[in-house]
Amino acid sequence: MPESQSSYQPAPVAIHPAPAAEHPATHPWLQHHFDSMEQQAEASTLGMWVFLCTEILFFGGLFMAYLVYRHASPEGFQEASHELSRLWGTTNTLVLICSSLTMALGVRAAQTNQSRKVIVGWLGATIVFGIGFLGIKAWEYYDKFVHHHVPGPNFHWDGLYPKPAEQFYSLYFAMTGLHALHMIIGIGIMTVIAVLAWKNTFDEEYFTPVEVAGLYWHFVDIVWIFLFPLLYLIGGHFKGA
Amino acid sequence: MDTIATPTVNYLNNGHGLKSWLLTKDHKRIALLYLFSITAFFFLGGFFALMIRLELLTPASDLVQPDTYNKLFTMHGIVMVFFFLIPSIPAVLGNFLVPIMVGAKDLAFPRINLLSWYIYVLGGLFTLVAAVTGGVDTGWTFYAPYSTSASNSHVITAGVGVFITGFSSILTGLNFIVTVHRMRAPGLTWFRLPLFVWSMYATSLIMILGTPVIAITVALVAVERGLHLGIFDPALGGDPVLFQHLFWFYSHPAVYIMILPAMGVVSELVQAGTRKNIFGYAFVAFSSLAIAIIGFLVWGHHLFVSGQSTYAGLVFSILSFFVAIPSAVKVFNWTATLYKGSISWDTPMLYAYGFIGLFTIGGLTGLFLATLGMDIHVHDTYFIIAHFHYVMVGGAIMGYLGGMHYWWPKITGRMYPESIARFAALIIFVGFNLTFGPQFIVGYLGMPRRYAMYAPEFQIWNVLSTAGATILGVGYLIPMVYFIWSVFRAPLAGSNPWGARGLEWEIPSPPPTENFVVTPVVTEGTHQYAPSREVGIA
Repeated sequence: MPESQSSYQPAPVAIHPAPAAEHPATHPWLQHHFDSMEQQAEASTLGMWVFLCTEILFFGGLFMAYLVYRHASPEGFQEASHELSRLWGTTNTLVLICSSLTMALGVRAAQTNQSRKVIVGWLGATIVFGIGFLGIKAWEYYDKFVHHHVPGPNFHWDGLYPKPAEQFYSLYFAMTGLHALHMIIGIGIMTVIAVLAWKNTFDEEYFTPVEVAGLYWHFVDIVWIFLFPLLYLIGGHFKGA
Repeated sequence: MDTIATPTVNYLNNGHGLKSWLLTKDHKRIALLYLFSITAFFFLGGFFALMIRLELLTPASDLVQPDTYNKLFTMHGIVMVFFFLIPSIPAVLGNFLVPIMVGAKDLAFPRINLLSWYIYVLGGLFTLVAAVTGGVDTGWTFYAPYSTSASNSHVITAGVGVFITGFSSILTGLNFIVTVHRMRAPGLTWFRLPLFVWSMYATSLIMILGTPVIAITVALVAVERGLHLGIFDPALGGDPVLFQHLFWFYSHPAVYIMILPAMGVVSELVQAGTRKNIFGYAFVAFSSLAIAIIGFLVWGHHLFVSGQSTYAGLVFSILSFFVAIPSAVKVFNWTATLYKGSISWDTPMLYAYGFIGLFTIGGLTGLFLATLGMDIHVHDTYFIIAHFHYVMVGGAIMGYLGGMHYWWPKITGRMYPESIARFAALIIFVGFNLTFGPQFIVGYLGMPRRYAMYAPEFQIWNVLSTAGATILGVGYLIPMVYFIWSVFRAPLAGSNPWGARGLEWEIPSPPPTENFVVTPVVTEGTHQYAPSREVGIA
């Protein structure tokens, strides 16, 4: 270590005004602690991406459990999977993909400053697709309930592997249930965004809420893209005995 | 010198009444809300600890029944880990300091910051309800099948509490990451950031990536208990080892959520307390990230005796040794910073010295536990209790108290009483070592953890430990008293009582609500005490 340190007199860190902002008039939606709309938008977007990272890990625990139990009893999982309706599963996948499209178009409409009717129209279509998905999911749940395929004391299984089948359905309800919860929250968010859009909140400088909500919506769709093959497709042709 | 005067309007007097606090979006006020709540939980957890130590004064189970004892150590663990240690430095000092240290007016998401406190309080209420209505007796680890079928206590309530509180920690971590990325003042490059900010950044990474896993795991336990789904309970076809994997995937990194912030505090303290630049800035900064990353790969060392394969055990053992490298980098660099420094013996530095010594003991005994053969001998004994209390109490709480003393003048604008504070630091150091030192010995001799009774030959060590815990308890009460006193009576501190470097010391104490009237422009490392030889990668 140099001995001359004691004689060094550090200059205080300069505190003087930052260069003046580009836009002389501040945007009404600029919060006080941000310097510019760009900084605010970047912060919100990064915040949502970070949140989605935590969501991946949140679902990750369930995917881990699925892997472990599938590995422990592949035949049982195939037999249980056979009882799921691939028709409704595929339909729901298409419904969600369509909702992702309308969502993306909604974000685009907000970015390009189109009229509120266009933005709210696309958001509304997204909400309708979301509700449609939940409706089909509810029908599937009801069907499992009727057939005593809901795990618990009333679970009944005619196949060769009742115990793994019950585990499969435990995971089925946990994973699709958590996903459905995210859909419900997403529909709530979309409704708020649509109301804001109807009040002409968004313009070409301020559309971050639509964009960030869109990120969330696409994430929830992508989770389903993984759930669908894992639960409905892999080995689903196996009918057991 | 600064003129000793409180600025007329600061964050404390800008707005009065309960509403101005409960609906505040100011990161400094939210830090204080957290300070009050975690202090309450600290003394609640301390009460449970006191009951444990009193029961262990004698070999028989005479003060409390074994069932009650199970609840005491469970509640002690849950309260201290989830409601004190994890939020302690990040939510109080981090909340207060991170925006100031990066030259910002607030965290990126002030409303989410307030929301995180409400989530914390809600989770805390669930845990309190579980404690008041009869407690939980599964151990803080909620191992299946204790938690799924073997326990009649309030596992779901406490589990919901832990689940909810997890989200407060996720939101805090998210806020810090975005703030450090997007809110830095002009000229404040990554390698000019204070080391405290680096450590908070590394901590935040663990918070956002680890916490969701424990959330889903505890949620599954609650669902399994409530609906009898077979996920972790072997009686229902589940796999209890899967629970342990998922649990420790979070809970081992969680140990680094507790210790990394304390390391950040100590990095600041040794610079201010020696009037020197930290030795090897980039190494200390990157060692925080290295601990965060490697910390995610070592959870299997909790499963050495849980039926994990020997090969997995070997790999986890080696990986656990790797964590020692960045930890040692920090300890050596702090020590090298002290070398030929202008050493201060003020209270914050006393805690820093305590931290370095005690963390070294706690860390080195961690290597014993990472060794497969040794771990099988001392597994589930008091040796491991002593080990992690040296890291958690000797490390994390020492760092927290050191940081609280160092930044107290900034937070309140008042100086704490120095001589009493030094005395309390000494009391805490002595009490701590007397409490946990004997536990290394009694654990090595074979006394198992989590029993209300023990063999009579262990009594002398337990009496020593209980005596130490009493001293330690008194030691914690003293700062509580003089901190409160100092708010009303102590002399004003001025903006920079330590003559320290850093953005936080260049604004008034207490700071104004917006922190900086004009955005600062930074031209060199904010904590330079000497001309910098620029870091090559800067």
